[in-house]
Amino acid sequence: MLKTMIRRAGKCAVIAAAGLMMMSAQAAEPIKIGSFLSVTGPASFLGDPELKTLEMYVEKINEEGGVLGRQLELIHYDDVGNASSARNFASRLIRSDRVDIIVGGSTTGATMAAVPLIEQAQVPFISLAGAVVITTPVKKWVFKTPQSDRMAAERILTDMKDRGITRIGLISGTGGFGSSGRTQTLEVAEQMGMEILADVTYSGSDTDMTAQLTNIRNTKGVEAVLNFGFGQGPAIVTRNYAQLGMELPFYQSHGVASDSFLELAGSSAEGLRLPASPLLVPDSLPDDDPQKEVVQNYKAEYESRWDSKVSTFGAYAYDGLMLAVRAIEEAGSTDPEAVRNALENIKGYVGVTGEFNMSPEDHNGLDADSFRILEVQNGEWKLIN
Amino acid sequence: MLNRFMQSRLQGLVVLTLILIILPAFLSNPFHYELATQIAILAATVVGLNLLVGFAGQISLGHAGFFGLGAYFSGIATGTYGWPSVPALVAGAIIVGIIAWIVGRPILRLKGHYLSMATLAVGFIIAIILNNERAITGGPDGMPVPAFEVFGWELSPFGTYSLFGLEISGVQAWYMFSSVILLLAVWFALNLIQSPIGRALRSVKGSEVAASVVGVDTAKYKSLVFVISAIYASLMGGLYAHFQGFITPAIASFEFSILFITMVVLGGMGSTFGVILGAVVLKLLPQVLADFQDLEHVMFGLILMLTMIFMPKGLLPTLTAAVSKRIRKKTGGEA
Repeated sequence: MLKTMIRRAGKCAVIAAAGLMMMSAQAAEPIKIGSFLSVTGPASFLGDPELKTLEMYVEKINEEGGVLGRQLELIHYDDVGNASSARNFASRLIRSDRVDIIVGGSTTGATMAAVPLIEQAQVPFISLAGAVVITTPVKKWVFKTPQSDRMAAERILTDMKDRGITRIGLISGTGGFGSSGRTQTLEVAEQMGMEILADVTYSGSDTDMTAQLTNIRNTKGVEAVLNFGFGQGPAIVTRNYAQLGMELPFYQSHGVASDSFLELAGSSAEGLRLPASPLLVPDSLPDDDPQKEVVQNYKAEYESRWDSKVSTFGAYAYDGLMLAVRAIEEAGSTDPEAVRNALENIKGYVGVTGEFNMSPEDHNGLDADSFRILEVQNGEWKLIN
Repeated sequence: MLNRFMQSRLQGLVVLTLILIILPAFLSNPFHYELATQIAILAATVVGLNLLVGFAGQISLGHAGFFGLGAYFSGIATGTYGWPSVPALVAGAIIVGIIAWIVGRPILRLKGHYLSMATLAVGFIIAIILNNERAITGGPDGMPVPAFEVFGWELSPFGTYSLFGLEISGVQAWYMFSSVILLLAVWFALNLIQSPIGRALRSVKGSEVAASVVGVDTAKYKSLVFVISAIYASLMGGLYAHFQGFITPAIASFEFSILFITMVVLGGMGSTFGVILGAVVLKLLPQVLADFQDLEHVMFGLILMLTMIFMPKGLLPTLTAAVSKRIRKKTGGEA
């Protein structure tokens, strides 16, 4: 009699313990990280490495025990580079999936389309797109990891000034990146007291830019040429530049800072300079550079996992995810307000893109020096400063 | 009784009204309301496009251009110049109507492939202008659009409103508003189709030569319906812009034009309710398939292809034909 009672009590205890354990397992719901990226479509070169990076590091963080003892869950949608579907997916993430934070928005259009909704819904959002309008003026819930095109313009013009160049010929693409870059370059040049003597554009589908370049060559007084553009256009400009035998110092923007650009442009890229992420030259960084280790690790991990070349765009996603994780850890919860405040106060986070020092006035947290000036020498990137 | 109801011109409208009233019972979160609102706006656009494509037998591959123009006109007039929303919508529609009339007169003389190429070019030109006039349109990065506002009363998808003592959210209010707009759009289209103009249009579709022989001014009717469908697109573009709160030139793009035409063809050319179904399917499919990740686009294409192979007349006409065939068989058996 007593025996059976003890046995029963034991069973009850086991069941109760199991139930408790299950409950505590349920209590630790995963932290939901939402993302809408342009994984396919014309901007897939941005979205694809971004998604791969997010997937890979969410896996890695989960293997290491998650964040605040909770696992991460990545919910992502493909906006095909279309701003209105980006907005729809942002809405789905917020209202249907109820995510805790959003890391995404490959293009400026996609980001800006989602911003009004995100501001209203009050969900922390880390954008992976470039243009300066995303965080200027500062929006309460919106942060971003890439340097803005304005910083690129500042960095390029500063480097020109150091070389004693003050009069520039500008050639830019008419796409979103090129035209925004053009506007920023014109503004920065005026501030720095530099002159834009020639200002020509080409459209994304042009296959020959000799006419525009000849125009610049025939403009008297031009001391250097800057090309702000994206995709294959800048490669064609580079080749035409060499074909025309132009000798002026030649600059490209960070938009083409990738190894595939070097392949496209071939030997005609020789001698050109551009601002870029240190990710292109991880091994030439000096040992005391705080970014060296982060950059080398990211490159090695990405390349061994995906068997494809690392890209600076993926690095934006890396920094976005790490900033999100850090903010959640600091906040100690996923309360949106607390996470947002923590994000705003992140100081000295060393990422792949640069060192982030967020503040209520600056939701990007990078300065122009996070760009490194690289020069193409013997078909390879060489770190200048 | 049932038969007479089936034949009545308003039966479809009644069914559609019922569906729109019952639908909220199945919408569980604001995102669903948002989708339903977008579908209603796009459906109203294709109801207008269907007048041109389905009834007059003309094609327009540039309709997103008019949609985009309407959207940008509303966005710029209300955002940059502080106009009230309704005058901006109306003025935009008038301007787009005039543009459509000017380009429509010459290009509707073309037929077949030439007509589609000309309308394609119109759409491209509009998209390029929206892309390049950065100072006015914000360029490829787009521009924000203020909330819709009537006599100082703002209809924002983010607000909350009280209606007959019930508290409703902004997206629910938008859903009701867009449902009414859709019903109005359908009502107008149905009346137009039944009017002498509608008969003239169908005669143009049947045979333009025959139509002109019996005294139909084909050129006049063709450009009239082109203008009407452009005005539909412009008004809906304006509403879409207000609802979305942010627009980019992508809404005037070729892909979007194709989406409109696909809605018409998939749903059933010449069937006003069919094209609404087309809009529903094409807007919902990407959301449903989003969970399939990599296979999303393959499945999307496959579904469209199979539908067109097995239902060449479009979804609704094929389905109703199948249903009425069954009913006839049954009643025939009984008698």
